[in-house]
Amino acid sequence: MKSFLFFTFFISNVVLAQEVYQTPEDFLKETFQNTVPEPRLLWLIGERQKVAEQILGHKSNALRIRYWKLGEKSAWILDEVGKDEPITTGVVINQNKIEQLNVLIFRESRGWEVKYPFFTDQFKEIQLKPDFNLDKTIDGISGATLSVKALQKVARLALYLHQQTALEKP
Amino acid sequence: MVFLKKKSFKISLLSAAILASAQVSADSNPSTQKILELIDAQQREINALKAQLQQTEQQTEQKVEAVSSILEKQQNNSPAWTNNSRFGGYGEIHYNNLQNDGAKGDLKEIDFHRFVLYFGHRFNDAIRFHSEIEYEHSLIGEGKPGEVELEQAYVDFDLNPNLTIRGGLFILPIGIINETHEPNVFYGVERNPIENKIIPTTWWEGGVNVMGKIPTVAGLQYDLALHSGLAVPKDNYTIRSGRQKVASAKANNLATTARLKYTGIKGLELATSLYYQNDISQELDPKAGSGLLWEVHADYQIQNIRIKGLYAQWKLDGEGPKATGKDKQYGWYIEPSYKISEQMGVFARYNEWDNGAAAGKESRYRQYDIGINYWAHPNVVIKADYQYQKGSAGSDLYKGFNLGLGYQFF
Repeated sequence: MKSFLFFTFFISNVVLAQEVYQTPEDFLKETFQNTVPEPRLLWLIGERQKVAEQILGHKSNALRIRYWKLGEKSAWILDEVGKDEPITTGVVINQNKIEQLNVLIFRESRGWEVKYPFFTDQFKEIQLKPDFNLDKTIDGISGATLSVKALQKVARLALYLHQQTALEKP
Repeated sequence: MVFLKKKSFKISLLSAAILASAQVSADSNPSTQKILELIDAQQREINALKAQLQQTEQQTEQKVEAVSSILEKQQNNSPAWTNNSRFGGYGEIHYNNLQNDGAKGDLKEIDFHRFVLYFGHRFNDAIRFHSEIEYEHSLIGEGKPGEVELEQAYVDFDLNPNLTIRGGLFILPIGIINETHEPNVFYGVERNPIENKIIPTTWWEGGVNVMGKIPTVAGLQYDLALHSGLAVPKDNYTIRSGRQKVASAKANNLATTARLKYTGIKGLELATSLYYQNDISQELDPKAGSGLLWEVHADYQIQNIRIKGLYAQWKLDGEGPKATGKDKQYGWYIEPSYKISEQMGVFARYNEWDNGAAAGKESRYRQYDIGINYWAHPNVVIKADYQYQKGSAGSDLYKGFNLGLGYQFF
């Protein structure tokens, strides 16, 4: 009977346990101080697609990337898999430098330490080198190597895409 | 007179012609009003064309949107069976060139040590499956060196963001290498000897693991597992030989593993684990008793410098282990490393272990390693190292160099 009760309790408590640290909506409101601009679309085609693939190390599933831009500031909400599950990350770029990088939703079973500011703050003020690498070294976290790599890719991609928005129609 | 009449007639004709011409010219020039009307008509035409163009653009956008959505959906879902499933793997090939004056002689061989494929599936956001199948030493069969092993096959159930229950066949949360052992994440062609002779990596068992985070202390997490245990052979009480690999494993005595891990400071991992089993022989050896493993490690990285250190110790109760001096077995290592660039890093490591520390005679081994890793890609590594072992006279002591190539994909 006890086993049955435990089992019932166990099953009834299996819930959607993805960790939402900040909703994308809240991230955008915080970034643009409640005046969130209309989203725009950036096409991932041609040379852009090749560079994105180079940065990610795999083909992107998206043909278009949604972004929000006001003046020189742009915001990106990007998914990248660490090992098994996508990590949703918000990146704010201002004048080609990372202003903020936040882990919004974490779904992996390991490597969740990347959510901490001691890790994400390292990305602030970082820029993209001509070879599409970051211009500063990011210190890793033991046991979270794949999550760290995923966030580095996202940072590089957001910086690159921000540069590309300058070529788009205003 | 006639001449004058003719002249007068010509002048009259000329005048009439000029007047007529002037009249015609005045009739062919449109008035300002007409010009404005013409412009207005043209403007209406332009506006109509603009509207048509805008409509065409909108229709094109709608068509592109529809086609893009289908393409993206196909990319995300293709092939359909891979939806919510993940596939990956890792592997490593080694070349050992080691001299040994002991009984086993030199070790000079090339071995595809590990070829691992993993497969995972997400049933929903709260229930996930993960598995790994490993081929060791390339060739399997009677008298062949290889094995096929099911190294992981478990289901995770997330009860809430801070609590997960894992059931199935899983790797024990002990040490540094045991859980994270892909070749591109550690230095050295071969794994360190402590996490081989003392902690028998890769070490997996079948059972249940409760994994949680302590919300009040950032970076603090725990594991508490109940699972199958070792069946250490009575002749030598060698821990590594006691792994049953969850293959019709004797379960007269289950074992418990607990770990506390802290990663709340940038670049730091601190962890300690305990493994306890009431009878280390699964009640097959009356002279054997309980087994207790205690392990502690630290891994600290600051910029390009990293240092790892681990200590592990077994305490085996019972007359049998005591009589052979195997009742205490311990080992430790320290490994500083330096990342010269994103692609290259160097390391040194001192290792010390003793699988018969209570025997009353020198049975301690020491191993010195230096080496280099070159990452051709973040997931592809080429390794080279030199090792030098010291120990009691007559024992097998390997000295020489190792080369390796490893990869991981997912």
